[in-house]
Amino acid sequence: MIALIDYGAGNTASVSNVLKDLDVDYVITKKESDICNADKIIFPGVGEASYAVRKLHLYNLFNLLRIMKKPFLGICLGMQLMCNESDEGNVKCLGLFPTGCKLFSEPGIKIPHMGWNQIEITKNNPLFDGVKSGEYFYFAHSYYVPENDYTIAETGYGLNFTSAMNKDNFYGVQFHPEKSGLAGIQVMRNFVKKC
Amino acid sequence: MITKRIIPCLDVKEGRVVKGTNFINLRDAGSAVELAERYYNEGADELVFLDITASEEKRKTLLKLVEDVASVIRIPFTVGGGISELNDIDNLLKAGSDKVSLNTQIVYNPELITRSAKQFGSQAIVAAIDVKKTDNNYKVFVKGGKEETDKSGIEWCRECEDRGAGEILLTSMDRDGTKDGYDNGFLKILCASVNIPVIASGGAGAKEHFLTTFKETNADACLAASLFHYGELGIKELKEYLLKNNIPVRI
Repeated sequence: MIALIDYGAGNTASVSNVLKDLDVDYVITKKESDICNADKIIFPGVGEASYAVRKLHLYNLFNLLRIMKKPFLGICLGMQLMCNESDEGNVKCLGLFPTGCKLFSEPGIKIPHMGWNQIEITKNNPLFDGVKSGEYFYFAHSYYVPENDYTIAETGYGLNFTSAMNKDNFYGVQFHPEKSGLAGIQVMRNFVKKC
Repeated sequence: MITKRIIPCLDVKEGRVVKGTNFINLRDAGSAVELAERYYNEGADELVFLDITASEEKRKTLLKLVEDVASVIRIPFTVGGGISELNDIDNLLKAGSDKVSLNTQIVYNPELITRSAKQFGSQAIVAAIDVKKTDNNYKVFVKGGKEETDKSGIEWCRECEDRGAGEILLTSMDRDGTKDGYDNGFLKILCASVNIPVIASGGAGAKEHFLTTFKETNADACLAASLFHYGELGIKELKEYLLKNNIPVRI
């Protein structure tokens, strides 16, 4: 059973469409008991970071998510919220990865970074089984996670940023696997079956 | 490298995809769900779904249709038409769309951009802007092109960016449905004036038009409707042609 966390700042409909494709049991929830009973957790996120963090506090999820020991996948803003802090709204985040999130500011690039871009897999990881470097994924974000010790894939947009990272049971992807065609479905399948 | 995007547009009226010339003379092009699935399989980068009657008939976009379309595709999806409040946007995003495009209502109520960008993030807010050349200026039109406003095209695009729109969908009414090519002159000025992605719309009639726009302007995406709906140009064929001509696209 997968808990797809619905805290009012994530696109649960599209992620749940892919989970249906993969034929796995899931529950869309913000209840502590559902999250504690699930085998894996998917943490989507869209919108503004400080707004999303307020929602996590509002639903009493902030501390619960920090101590999870089961496979946990943050998507887009979900990945950014797993960092120490974000410059977007200057907010303290879950602190699961020792890095911050910065606004793109390199000259000559448009913000948001919106569209299909390639990933370069920098460390072998089960999340990318069957996925090659150079594969395209769909991105839509203005803030990024810099490269760090836990980066497993990076993408170039003015600079190289972290497009996926992993530390222990925590996985994060900056792109939207649920909106990235077959390659994205493969990443979701890997999380469900192999992580 | 980030790719240039090819975006089929589904103008929908009462559940069917329609397309006219210069915003009038609508003709039927098939079921929205079937076309969406076809474009996804052919390699479209994204879809835009516009309920073109919504604004004028004050009707809410059909959420059920959005859900059905979203359930058959695994690429991003923008929905527009008749969106007038934050609650509409919330419902559309929850139904499975990734972005909403706002057109008539933001002209009357620009604060809607600011508030929606704050609540849902800039990446979810597309400012759809219809312009038409009048004398020596490009004027913004609303209500499906039926009503002229006092806003100048470039200034309005800039204001939308300042208020938090994450993307501009620029339709040239003079070119729409004509198959004479995109309005590259205006697109060039627009792309130099804003720092958010720009989608070119209105006028695609041949694969050369996409190439010219990507070569001559800094547009990030090209949108087309009838050209794809009636099978005149395949998305795969178009993308292979662009790639051969050194335009980065996802194949």
